[in-house]
Amino acid sequence: MRLGPVTDDTGIQREEVNLLEKQIEEISRLIPNAHTAMDLERLRKRLEKLRKEVFSKLTPWQRIQLSRHPQRPYVQDFIDLIFQNYVELHGDRRFKDDPAMIGGMATFHGEPCIVLGTQKGRDTKQKLHRNFGMPQPEGYRKAMRLMKLAEKFSRPVFTFIDTAGAYPGIGAEERGQAEAIAYNLREMARLTVPIIATITGEGGSGGALGIGVGDRVFMLEYAYYSVISPEGCAAILWKDQEKAEEAANALKITSQDLKAIGLVDDVIPEPEGGAHTDHKLAATLVDQRLQRALAELKAIPVQKLLESRYSRFRLMGCIAESNGTFQTGSEA
Amino acid sequence: MTWFKKEKTPIIQLGDRTVRTEGLWIKCERCKQIIWKKDLESNLNVCPACNFHFKISAKERLEQLFDRGEFREYDKGLHSTDPLHFVDKKPYKGRLKEMHSTTGLWDAIISAEGKISGKPASICAMEVAFISGSMGSVVGEKITRAIERCLKNKFPLIIISCSGGARMQEGTLSLMQMAKITGALARLDEARVPYISVMTDPTTGGVTASFAMLGDLNMAEPGALIGFAGPRVIEQTIRQKLPSGFQRSEFLLEHGMLDAIVHRREMRDYLTKALDFFGY
Repeated sequence: MRLGPVTDDTGIQREEVNLLEKQIEEISRLIPNAHTAMDLERLRKRLEKLRKEVFSKLTPWQRIQLSRHPQRPYVQDFIDLIFQNYVELHGDRRFKDDPAMIGGMATFHGEPCIVLGTQKGRDTKQKLHRNFGMPQPEGYRKAMRLMKLAEKFSRPVFTFIDTAGAYPGIGAEERGQAEAIAYNLREMARLTVPIIATITGEGGSGGALGIGVGDRVFMLEYAYYSVISPEGCAAILWKDQEKAEEAANALKITSQDLKAIGLVDDVIPEPEGGAHTDHKLAATLVDQRLQRALAELKAIPVQKLLESRYSRFRLMGCIAESNGTFQTGSEA
Repeated sequence: MTWFKKEKTPIIQLGDRTVRTEGLWIKCERCKQIIWKKDLESNLNVCPACNFHFKISAKERLEQLFDRGEFREYDKGLHSTDPLHFVDKKPYKGRLKEMHSTTGLWDAIISAEGKISGKPASICAMEVAFISGSMGSVVGEKITRAIERCLKNKFPLIIISCSGGARMQEGTLSLMQMAKITGALARLDEARVPYISVMTDPTTGGVTASFAMLGDLNMAEPGALIGFAGPRVIEQTIRQKLPSGFQRSEFLLEHGMLDAIVHRREMRDYLTKALDFFGY
């Protein structure tokens, strides 16, 4: 597994991990007997311990590489693994269907709901088809159409976010990329059904927030959520795109950082070694967290739900008044 | 070897012969016309030759719009606490201090209340000289408070955007200001309190993609750069030079994103008419 630039101590450990993986593979190919089983057990334990060590020491930049891992479960995978009876719905009824934003009707543990999110592609053809997971205005308008559908029939909304950002292109500007996102932000703030947003990989700025205003916002362990990509930030503030690693550190965009300042409600753990090592387990962990959240939200009357959604975002910000009173982002 | 040598007399300094013009004249960024600064100022900082709208400060903007230039400022002392302890080439804290000493403001916005043609109005004007007018926690908080005041007093809200977008130095907190402000705007909308968005050069990024595009009326000054992604980002993505006039006010009007392009000189009249319509 490649994790971007190798730093000294974690680099050595990673080599050891690779070596252990090879040894385990070789031994498991032998005819099993008591001796090899013991060896295998010993090696597996050692591997697990090492992996834990490596992954507990990942830098923000390495985490970003994980969030962009080509084998990471994409939104469609999560939909398939978590929801039942999924029927995809297409089009924004205004201009076209945006394949970078997918969504439809589904059931979540027997409960009808709307699920939607940004979708990346795996091979070159799919990547182009999905526009590298970067929606056009039509994508945001389609998402809003589905959310209004959910509202009309009192169904909860699940959104999944994994995008580098909304697409910056000529057509997107002509058709009002900014307006599409702005409209979504306002309408999501007052949608009368529960909204649960989960950032599964990349949470790229306004393009992520455009479907990310929820009663609960979760992040997978190695996902990131940022106002700008570290590369973009480095290009502007450091005038050097090579400084992306530094920018990634400075921006504080890992799930733990954001939980600490109260911008996300919870961090959903990933399987040891990252979500790409075990899609099924990753989905199960997400599923469990979503179940709990939905149960909580369903118990809240609509008016109160909207009230607490408002104050959820209202309290975000770190400022000081000249008279010395402080207000911080998190209530904690 | 010469027999006679002419002594070279030293060049006599006649004192400073150049007339000091610095600060008196200004070159128009668009038509390159040299304009006498006083002329420019009396023309509301619009080029008399080509109508190029120069950038003006938030304070000047408020003085131009309110009756007799009088207004009451709100939440003046709010300032950023540098929650991320952000350091790029310079520490963010130092940048803030520097900006405070050059602009006299604590952040990139002035929130004010006053009268326009005798009608009450709340105006939030963004200050582009303060870290590109970027939106961090303070801008988000000041606008949200202004919206909440408007909700309470039923005053119409006018936001004059002039910003490069969300402030990177406050990270994801800046992004969340978009959700915070638009959430408050949803309430304003429900309460049928009018909101007029005025976009000036430049209005891009997270500001456009949140409150700037959500006015009951969206208007802009002529020739302002307005867009979601910056032109450089788009050029780098599509690997093409952009056509001239792309993302300018006129382009947005043509594509249906604006109600009107209004000359700075006519801004007050326009707002007055709008407020009339809204019943103030």
